[in-house]
Amino acid sequence: MENFALKVTNLTKVFDKPAVEALQFSVHRGEFYTLLGPNGAGKTTSLRMVAGLLPPDSGSIEVFGIDALLDPISVKKIVAWVPDEPMIYDRLTPLEYLEFVAGLWGVEQNNARSNACELLDWLGLLPNQHERCEGFSKGMRQKVALAGALVHDPRLIILDEPLTGLDAGSARLVKDVLRERVKSGCSVIMTTHILEVAERMAERIGVISRGRLIAEGTLDELGDQAGRAATNLEEIFLGLVADDESETAAA
Amino acid sequence: MTYQLQSGSIGWFARHEFALSWRDFMRMMSAGKSGREATIMLVIGLTAFGMHAVAYFMLHPFVTEGIFINKQLLVLISGTWLLTFSLMMSQAMELVTRAFYSRSDLDLILSSPVSIRTLFTVRIGAIATATTLLALLLSAPAINVMALLHDVRWLSAYPVAVASGMLATALSLAITIIMFRTLGAKRTRLASQIVAAVVGAGFVIGIQLAAISSIGSISRFEFLQSETLLSQTPSLKSWIWIPARAIMGDQIPFLITIVLPAGLFLTAIVVFSGSFASNVMAAAGTSFARNTQNAKTITFRQPNLRSALRHKEWKLLLRDHWLLSQTLMQILYLIPPAFMLWQGYAELGLMGVVVVPVLVMASGQLAGGLAWLAISGEDAPELVATAPVGKRDAIRAKVEAVLGAMIVVVSPILLIMAFVNPAMAILALICVMAASTSATFIQLWFRSPAKRSNFRRRQTSSKVATIAEALSSILWAATAALIAAKTWLVVVPLASVFIVLWIARSFRSS
Repeated sequence: MENFALKVTNLTKVFDKPAVEALQFSVHRGEFYTLLGPNGAGKTTSLRMVAGLLPPDSGSIEVFGIDALLDPISVKKIVAWVPDEPMIYDRLTPLEYLEFVAGLWGVEQNNARSNACELLDWLGLLPNQHERCEGFSKGMRQKVALAGALVHDPRLIILDEPLTGLDAGSARLVKDVLRERVKSGCSVIMTTHILEVAERMAERIGVISRGRLIAEGTLDELGDQAGRAATNLEEIFLGLVADDESETAAA
Repeated sequence: MTYQLQSGSIGWFARHEFALSWRDFMRMMSAGKSGREATIMLVIGLTAFGMHAVAYFMLHPFVTEGIFINKQLLVLISGTWLLTFSLMMSQAMELVTRAFYSRSDLDLILSSPVSIRTLFTVRIGAIATATTLLALLLSAPAINVMALLHDVRWLSAYPVAVASGMLATALSLAITIIMFRTLGAKRTRLASQIVAAVVGAGFVIGIQLAAISSIGSISRFEFLQSETLLSQTPSLKSWIWIPARAIMGDQIPFLITIVLPAGLFLTAIVVFSGSFASNVMAAAGTSFARNTQNAKTITFRQPNLRSALRHKEWKLLLRDHWLLSQTLMQILYLIPPAFMLWQGYAELGLMGVVVVPVLVMASGQLAGGLAWLAISGEDAPELVATAPVGKRDAIRAKVEAVLGAMIVVVSPILLIMAFVNPAMAILALICVMAASTSATFIQLWFRSPAKRSNFRRRQTSSKVATIAEALSSILWAATAALIAAKTWLVVVPLASVFIVLWIARSFRSS
């Protein structure tokens, strides 16, 4: 059995121009993987295809050995998607929201309630569990969305810029929750513009530019691929992207 | 050389508001597609011409017979003015509430050093203008035709309409502020929406109820011209006819009708502009306020997606205050036909030809709104899309949610009907469900993801869907009426409704 939580092969999506081009990468089981790239590099498009929100033009996506294009329902059962803008209902309370999400994923009643209460407690939302989300701050909304993503115990969590707009306390909490999930065997793939987060949390990092994967590996491996004495991820990332842009311009 | 308005002045703000409103209007008319300005203008021109033609053919015989200032004429004009004014009040209440609660650019403007009084004056002026335009949209053709065929003094109805708009705005403002002070910012929003709905429907319903109880007809025109009413109205010299005489161009009533509302309007601006900022801030506070729900409603008992989706939709519908006030208005319009039943007209066969079609038509329209909210107005479409279920199941659950809600809304009326005439109740149930299902399918074919808060603008996403929804409701209502009348002509609306649905579906697939 292959050790992949997610395997993306030759994934391509063209809108007016190619957004993702023959993208290939994989996330190991129980791994924290971060996808980096400049604005418009194709990170969100790639993750939306993995989450089943966007059909690819070609290529394949396998989640724990299941073909996501042939059997999307089985894949959705074990995947959670957390976008940058929290997908919640203003007129529902956090507990009602989790009740709804648990219903969508068919979580057994007792598990659903205990998972929901545990998550709300963990995320510091227990005092607000019966308040409607309409008055919540961005951080609270993102925490509710994260609780929704975790209530069905997914095996692969896909997060698109989950820390954008969060204060330090909320960001710390989200990072802690994700670390705990990875420790318990869950796999995580996340995009972020906060390179420090990627540097500290990710076991492996993929760098994407113009819809293609231009480098992948641990921080040390990326440093080697960048071919320079880079001291931190910021320098490595900027160097890799600059090299790719100059290569493309030369071509 | 272009004249530069001083930044922050009333004129500067007014130009800004007008530019935004104009773009909003064009966007609404063109459904957001560019390059349609000429077509829109042509459609507006043709519609105006058509409305004038209708007004001409309706009023020409009336003018030819000769117009005499008598009670009949004064009652007719006063009744029409009151009817229009109740609609203006409803519109003004709605707009005033929105001015207080809509965030849009208020944060930006309130954080700037411009005078809040100036902003308030312009916003209230814009509300009076919008309210007046609504009235003129309906009455301008009649005014123009009367001025052309009879007497140019009928044009004084235009300034009267402007004064009515100012009066409606001033009264709405006063009512809203009173509610703010007595009920608080949080409750005022819902309360003012309910008041707006009741005021808008109130006069129409009141006059229909009076007509039913006095002359046995639901017709407003017949009632306004009835001997029963005319015999109870005061003499021609009474002050009660001031608005009617002003519309006809009598100088003194005209001056009174213009000066009093204008004075009230200016007073309202002066008195209330000082508290505008504090009221807006109080209203803004309600969007950050936490609404606590009863913990007992949370069961975690939904074992599958369909029931989870249904329960979610019902919860959201119940918590949508604006939708509830609109539903209330639809139900209010059912009061006159229900009153007819109460008065015993059911035995005359009026239930089938009056009550059932009204119920069917209202249900079709209401179901269309609910279906839009459930199908297009999904605030977390990606959450549902990433859930482990097929699209078909998700859609089916939403359709069930809409039809379930419709059954709850119409059940009390159907139960009353069943006591009076069981056969008609069954007919109403079948046609209500048919109209609701048709409206739901139309929304399904034309679904276009949008925020729930865009409900009021749902018609702009597809004109075809809006027309198809209205036609389907009307045709199902006609079908119900003709079945009740036991005539073979029922095949005409029945076939037509299927043709409309087929065309709507073809439009979507193309």
